[in-house]
Amino acid sequence: MVSPSYYLTLSAILFGLGVIGFLFKRNIITLFMSIELMLNAVNLAFVTFSRQWGELSGQVYVFFVIIVAAAEAAVGLAIILLLARNRQTLNVERINLLKL
Amino acid sequence: MTLFEAYPLLLVALVKTGILLFLALTAVAYLSWFERKVVGHIQSRLGPYRVGPHGLLQPLADGLKFLFKEGVEPQGADRLVYYLAPFLALSLALSGLAVIPFGPAEIEIFGVRTTLAVAEVELGLLFLFAITALGVYGVALAGWASNSKYALMGGLRSSAQMISYEISLTLSVIGVVLLAGSFNLREIVAAQQGYWFGAVPRWFLLPQLVGFLCYFTSAIAETNRAPFDLPEAETELVAGFHTEYSSFQFAMFFMAEYTAMVIASCLATLLFLGGWESPLPTTGAFAWTVYLPTVVLGGGGALLLVDALRHHRGFARGVLALLGALLGGAAWAVAQPMILPLVQGPFWFLTKVFLLLFVYVWVRGTLPRFRYDKLMAFGWKVLLPVATLNALVTALVVLLRESGGLAGVLR
Amino acid sequence: MVEQFTFYFFAALAVISAVLVVTVRNAVYSAVFLITTLLATAGIFLQLRAEFLFVVQIILYVGGIMVLFVFVVMLVDLDVALRQVQFNRQKWVALLVVLAVAGQLVFALALGSEALGLPAAAPESLEPNTESVGLRLFESYMLPFEIASILLLVAMIGAVLLGKRQKPPRSEA
Repeated sequence: MVSPSYYLTLSAILFGLGVIGFLFKRNIITLFMSIELMLNAVNLAFVTFSRQWGELSGQVYVFFVIIVAAAEAAVGLAIILLLARNRQTLNVERINLLKL
Repeated sequence: MTLFEAYPLLLVALVKTGILLFLALTAVAYLSWFERKVVGHIQSRLGPYRVGPHGLLQPLADGLKFLFKEGVEPQGADRLVYYLAPFLALSLALSGLAVIPFGPAEIEIFGVRTTLAVAEVELGLLFLFAITALGVYGVALAGWASNSKYALMGGLRSSAQMISYEISLTLSVIGVVLLAGSFNLREIVAAQQGYWFGAVPRWFLLPQLVGFLCYFTSAIAETNRAPFDLPEAETELVAGFHTEYSSFQFAMFFMAEYTAMVIASCLATLLFLGGWESPLPTTGAFAWTVYLPTVVLGGGGALLLVDALRHHRGFARGVLALLGALLGGAAWAVAQPMILPLVQGPFWFLTKVFLLLFVYVWVRGTLPRFRYDKLMAFGWKVLLPVATLNALVTALVVLLRESGGLAGVLR
Repeated sequence: MVEQFTFYFFAALAVISAVLVVTVRNAVYSAVFLITTLLATAGIFLQLRAEFLFVVQIILYVGGIMVLFVFVVMLVDLDVALRQVQFNRQKWVALLVVLAVAGQLVFALALGSEALGLPAAAPESLEPNTESVGLRLFESYMLPFEIASILLLVAMIGAVLLGKRQKPPRSEA
């Protein structure tokens, strides 16, 4: 039996890596992937709590988080495609205008 | 041996995996022979005829050729991903076979009673869909890593096609899941036991005919087979995502495609054709049907022996006579009262899978290729709505039946 | 014993590939390693007796969302410069924020799991759970479920509208 604190530590490490990726990288696709990494870490924490309490609501929340991630990926990647088409760059530092 | 003594199931699983891998790879090799033969005859040709009698040793020759050819690596290819992709495709396809149950009987290996499936997974159906979902990566990454326009276009096309048709594939089996009330493949088959009016088997094929048609169409597209083989449309894309692959890497993609075909047929059999249930009742006036495996195997053996006499080359005669004798021996073994109940399930299961594989090849030999935009339009605008509607109607019927009519639902 | 071994295996896999997601320069490699992380997490879900989420994670996350990522990375293969200079100019601010987050995490870990008030032992009654998750989803969480599906629909329509190539005004003739 692995103690729940191990799972939570793993979740914290993954979340931290996601934060680092989000703040340091400049490729906008990698930024999106860092967000996914953080969401995944949160899901892990949800499942751990759900297991420990014997309560399924945590798993239902994970389901919703995945749905939100899907919606975010669909819209976000469409925006990235538009950016790449119109500005020929994926560098977040060069996407700094409010209009084309 | 201490590890195996501590975990006897581990040894059993290893043995079963080995047997299944051997059988699957042989079957896949001979499926290519079968396809070439059938397509040949559809097009009024003979198909492979040189290597062995009726080209029976052609798969062996092909395998040797694949092994000994030089593997060419395109310039500027991403080496890691380039070599990983075919491996990914084949291993994913083969691991899907692990959860397919081949029959109801239990066998004994090293004193451990075990079922005719490598793994008994509670969510077997969902697991298979998960494996199918991962299959996209082999194709997409292969196309990207090859550093070639044709391969990239083919990879993009086929991954778009696979994720589009995966949705209707999943939706088309929702009806079956609703009727059976389970994701477990054994329970789904168990829900199809029995007969209507004492003669028509209670398979989900009849109540879910729409679902079956949607499933099979999507499965053909999902496995990138003709008439939906746009990723490999030779006239436009050379060979699609595996243009740059040669020798054994190419063979791995080839085997992955055929294994995917086998899995799709197995799943269709389990979900819609009653799995290992016999189409004929086994009691009363139909009790003789338990000897059908013997009849089929013995008849096949006799045909081969007669055919051996017609050949003039000694080698061909020898091979055919040997095969005939093997089939005859199998027929005799199958008729023994100890083995007889064991083979019933696998016999019917494999017969149905074989029929579906024939349909696959038949479709390939008959229908012309779709245009790419029509393919996508068909998937999203026809197949998906029909599959959704089928799922909704089935859900409504199940709801009405379970709660005893409209009044029960409203209450 | 076996349980510990599988946990450490999946945890090591997840952490190593997460590090690689962040450090690798090529976006396709990032995506591949993110997929590995997600699969390892799915393995841990299975260990936590959440077999439905294990399947959902693979089918939806790996088989759906990540395919979109790989797709977009392949479609927009530009910015060679991005591969050479990978960290952005705000790195000192970022370092500060990261240190703050790390401090928070260390503090939480130092408090230990007792601070969370979790029950000491997990109940063994949480399996098999596909059916109960489904019931929970369609009974207690009916409204959030409907809202989530509307959200997905809106996102889908939005993505289609954004992705549609606008016709240049002159070519209409």
